[in-house]
Amino acid sequence: MSSSEDVLLQVNEVRYKKGDGTLYAMNERLAWILEGKDTVSVSHRYADIKTQKISPVGKPKIQLQVVLNDGTTSTFHFVNKLGPEAQIKDRDVVKELLQQQLPRYQAPARPINKELEEKNRLLSQNPSLLQLYKDLVITQVITADEFWVKHATKFMQKQKAQAQEIGVSGAFLADIKPQTDGCNGLKYNLTPDIIESIFKTYPAVRTKYMEHVPIKLSETEFWTKFFQSHYFHRDRINAGTKDLFTECAKLDDQELKQDINSGISDPLVDITGFEDTSLAEGYGITPDKPSSSGGNIVHQSMIKRFNQHSIMVLKACQEKEPTQSNGDGLQSNSGSTTSSDTSLKPPEEKRMRLIEKVTYEDLDSTSTVQSAPPLRLNFGQVEGYLQGSTPQSAYSTEAYHSSQADPKLRRDEFRKELSLWYTSHGGQSTLVRPAAAVSALGELTPGGELMKGFIAESQAQLVPSDLQLELRNLYISMCELLRHFYACFPPTNPQLEEKVVKMYEAINRFHATRLTPFEDRVRAEFSPIRHHLTSHLHQLIAAAYRRFDTWKMRQKTGRPLSLNKM
Amino acid sequence: MKLSVDGLIVYFPYDYIYPEQYAYMMELKRGLDAKGHCLLEMPSGTGKTTTLLSLIVAYMIENPFSVVKLIYCSRTVPEIEKVMEEMKRLLSYIEKERGVPNTMTGVVLSSRKNLCIHPQVSKEREGKVVDGRCHSLTASYIRERHKADESVPVCTFYDNYDIEGREGTIPPGVYNLDDLKMYGQKMGWCPYFIARQTILHAQIVVYSYHYLLDPKIAEVVSKELSRNAVVVFDEAHNIDNVCIDSMSVKITRRIIDKCTQNLQFLETAVKEMRETDEAGLQNEYERLVEGLRQANEERESDVILANPVLPNEILQEAVPGNIRTAEHFVSFLKRFVEYLKTRLRVQHVVQESSAGFLKDCLEKVCIQRKPLRFCAERLSSLLRTLEIADLTDFSPLTLITHLATLVSTYTKGFSIIVEPFDDKNPTVSNPILYFSCLDSSIAIKPVFERFQSVVITSGTLSPLDMYPKILDFHPVIMSSFTMTLARPCLLPMIVSKGNDQVAISSRYETREDVAVVRNYGQLLVEVASVVPDGVVCFFTSYLYLESVVASWYDQGVISNLQRHKLLFIETQDSAETSLALLNYIKACDTGRGAVLLSVARGKVSEGVDFDHHLGRAVLMFGIPYVYTQSRILRARLEYLRDQFQIRENDFLTFDAMRHAAQCIGRVLRGKTDYGIMIFADKRFSRSDKRSKIPKWIQEYLSDNLCNLSTEECIQMCKRFLRKMAQPFTQEDQMGVSLLTLEQLENEEWMKKAEQKAHAQI
Repeated sequence: MSSSEDVLLQVNEVRYKKGDGTLYAMNERLAWILEGKDTVSVSHRYADIKTQKISPVGKPKIQLQVVLNDGTTSTFHFVNKLGPEAQIKDRDVVKELLQQQLPRYQAPARPINKELEEKNRLLSQNPSLLQLYKDLVITQVITADEFWVKHATKFMQKQKAQAQEIGVSGAFLADIKPQTDGCNGLKYNLTPDIIESIFKTYPAVRTKYMEHVPIKLSETEFWTKFFQSHYFHRDRINAGTKDLFTECAKLDDQELKQDINSGISDPLVDITGFEDTSLAEGYGITPDKPSSSGGNIVHQSMIKRFNQHSIMVLKACQEKEPTQSNGDGLQSNSGSTTSSDTSLKPPEEKRMRLIEKVTYEDLDSTSTVQSAPPLRLNFGQVEGYLQGSTPQSAYSTEAYHSSQADPKLRRDEFRKELSLWYTSHGGQSTLVRPAAAVSALGELTPGGELMKGFIAESQAQLVPSDLQLELRNLYISMCELLRHFYACFPPTNPQLEEKVVKMYEAINRFHATRLTPFEDRVRAEFSPIRHHLTSHLHQLIAAAYRRFDTWKMRQKTGRPLSLNKM
Repeated sequence: MKLSVDGLIVYFPYDYIYPEQYAYMMELKRGLDAKGHCLLEMPSGTGKTTTLLSLIVAYMIENPFSVVKLIYCSRTVPEIEKVMEEMKRLLSYIEKERGVPNTMTGVVLSSRKNLCIHPQVSKEREGKVVDGRCHSLTASYIRERHKADESVPVCTFYDNYDIEGREGTIPPGVYNLDDLKMYGQKMGWCPYFIARQTILHAQIVVYSYHYLLDPKIAEVVSKELSRNAVVVFDEAHNIDNVCIDSMSVKITRRIIDKCTQNLQFLETAVKEMRETDEAGLQNEYERLVEGLRQANEERESDVILANPVLPNEILQEAVPGNIRTAEHFVSFLKRFVEYLKTRLRVQHVVQESSAGFLKDCLEKVCIQRKPLRFCAERLSSLLRTLEIADLTDFSPLTLITHLATLVSTYTKGFSIIVEPFDDKNPTVSNPILYFSCLDSSIAIKPVFERFQSVVITSGTLSPLDMYPKILDFHPVIMSSFTMTLARPCLLPMIVSKGNDQVAISSRYETREDVAVVRNYGQLLVEVASVVPDGVVCFFTSYLYLESVVASWYDQGVISNLQRHKLLFIETQDSAETSLALLNYIKACDTGRGAVLLSVARGKVSEGVDFDHHLGRAVLMFGIPYVYTQSRILRARLEYLRDQFQIRENDFLTFDAMRHAAQCIGRVLRGKTDYGIMIFADKRFSRSDKRSKIPKWIQEYLSDNLCNLSTEECIQMCKRFLRKMAQPFTQEDQMGVSLLTLEQLENEEWMKKAEQKAHAQI
């Protein structure tokens, strides 16, 4: 044991490999010395330690195990004579210390423990949560713990629900936008999502990848080759034999050919069977065979690729979800065989399809068409699907909040008004027919009768998209804070009161650190629109402040009262 | 419902009826009463087929002696099968209503490929291969040989049918392709020959155009059909092209080469036979001396194609002496083929009349007109005598004899064009001799003359007055019906410019213009982003489609498109296109949405329906003019001008607009359906084009929809789609576009309905 190191902690009565001794935690290492010896028997540098593990609560042995980076482990057994409680205390002291020490020596990217890892994963999977985290935690509007406890719960819960298979976008190849790097090179940006899409859609590439990476090629080399190959490029002719992906193209072609040969099960679609003549070539004046010389072969093969791409994208999505189909009877007989025996069975299905085509359901009084139960969409992120619909609180007018002082009175008034409203319309539940409402809406949209003089230059066009995005994020964060703020009302217990204050401060901080700089920037860069953009946000904040003030005031006067009552 | 149409009790297999269906029945009834021909246009998706069937069947029940048969011709196999399905529904309804067991027989006839149940032969995919193999198993001489030698294969299904089935008739009912096959399987009989036999006595026959219009097929199949029949040509907007095709022939060098092989084979076969079976040849000779007609005892299974000329043109005399002997005939054919070979060896385009061709032929190789006229008959007789098993091997030679017979029979209305190379590829020598029919009335004339009523109908026949001209007939009834709608479920628009105000058009001068192509792309992307489910686009030609897709790829339009929907494109390979289509439907069914790029005049535009979610919007990029530089077309235009006083431009516009209407009409297949129809070409808004759009579309194409930019078009789409997304129930339609029996019986309603549905020309 070198004297140059400080001993941070010394714990006696620790057993290691059936020998009792003392555990030392020092500046840079964890050491253990057998009782009665001078030399260090066990010494692990903190940098070598990957993780520490502790025995579960309730186990008779109180142990602490350190796992090293190379996979070996050392287990220390705490054997304080004072009993298990003292043993646990000893262990926890060591644990705490290690917890503090270890992160310092580990690579910064490495997740520290499982919990953090989980949080990290959550953040990376939920862009909106990440944005919220950025806005609220990193700007220190609220603390991280608070964030996780209060704001992320719904994401944590959702995590437990079953994961949904992610589909493949039709344009994933187009989304890999090549960028020039300034010196005659091209840079392709690949994300794990895109790679996953490529693998799903083109299984042949996946097999290639499995074969070659990392034995023959590194991952980067593989993808470089992929992008260089003719396979990636649409005009896949003259693919040299040297090309790694020539085989893939061949495999794809084979698959397509197989699909074609297996026949088209739907007679209404099978163009090859449309014609009912079997004349030999030479009759008629229309060309028998399309002259391949007429067109451009590169274009033709490109068109073929587009078809193939779409078919494969569709396939990639369907293999996983065979039940997602409309039950149209189309998917069910994908593997049609051509033996004479089975050729007599499909008629039923074919007939159903024909009957479906020739029946006019509106001509029958008893409509026999039963619509299939609607598919339920299961959204991972509803915001992403609805794109751009920012949550807005419905009641944010000043009038409403100003009269908040007497909610009861307000409610009565409202009720009265509502009853008036009903009686004046004869108690009908629908005031406007849906059709009329829709047509009125239609006339009010750009292009409609009532919007003749409307200039289409709306705010949506004036505000650049990045600014829109930023504003949307502001809204999301703001609303999240407000939601928690209002959730505390009425504050009936001290915890809630405490939270109200906390949230109030958070809103204050948010106002100062996020909103104001944003406004300044907008003012500087987009002068014509500065006021409209954030006025609503200001309204929201002002309403919250008012609410807080009235509460504070009432608390000053009313609180002693309520206490007296109690 | 059971309704009365002008005193005729019609069983209509639904509870309600569309006003236009009623009006259609009224017109049709008048036509049948007058025993004349009708030309009726009714929008697709208004139940045209079921209307036709129920009226004509009712008419047959009521007047069993004046109309004994209904011959219903449609274009594609799926169409035919749909008709059979409607027929089943109708007959079972009538049976239920009348309480009398059905006595009518409805049968479909299709090619052997669709009907064969022979375990091996039915596996073949090509129609002509099936025909050939069937012939090699069923021809009378093969079966003779089988009697002597058991090892010669024959088709047991045909044999059984020949022995057991010929006398009996199949029980009454409706037989579609699968029913026939099932029946054949059950009885062990050949479905194809059951059908061939049954069409002679069945009350209702459904088959494709060719069985009536193509003389070489009609002579075999439809010769003995009763004259007191009503013939219906459904989907008849292209009927003139079918007529022309059935009388035209084209010869390439490959065919000539194969002919030479055929002739060599024939020569040795004749020589062999001369040595082994002199009597056979002598026998044939005798028969030919006596005259072909009476010698024809051939069985139905022996002939696949009959004489290519119309029955009234066939000479009733004996075959001329110089081709009676087999050897002489073979050498005669050799000379003729050599002559054709020299004709193909040209460096420049030649265009001449039949007479000119015959004169040249006489001068060069001393072949006269008369023996040429007998070529087709003579060859089929020879092939029969030689007992050739597989006739498909001889199809090139058969083609040549058909050319010989046609060219020597018709002097008017035909033209011969020899092109040494393809215009697009002038360096590659690819000589083709076209013998092209210019007059579509020639092939259909016997049909008009023979049958008492011929009904020509389709969803798109506008302008109606063109058809009587080009088909040369006088309809007693000529009507166009519109679609009564309770809500405007179609939105036709003419988009004439892009957002940048550049006019969009597929005019030859501007079609490759980057701005035009980009604007087309932008329009499509925007439409794809607002329209749910399926979007179908039609281009004017494959070539244009290809070049536009290529530039769209470079401009990034394709990737923008892929962001919204999956992309499928029609190719020239029909199997590939079928697969793409199947996947297109899958994509629409799963809610993913898809775009299909297709071609006007292509197979998709003619035969595939995009009803409901399969087509919510259809775009027509440009006006689908036919390739105007084609010499065959030029010749036809000239002929039409000289004979029928139809101006070239009128015909070209008519032809382009009927194809555009076909494409556009694909998207709307019923009153509960809805769809956007975008005509993307500036020229559509001109009155000569606009007035040729079918009435039922024109009605909704108001002036404010005729000159839109992309952006305006998109706004229209959005409004339209929002309205259409509202629930639409039967009650909404009732009384407006849907009538009950009571409403129908009410005078006032009827008048109103007829007025509404009717736009007499």
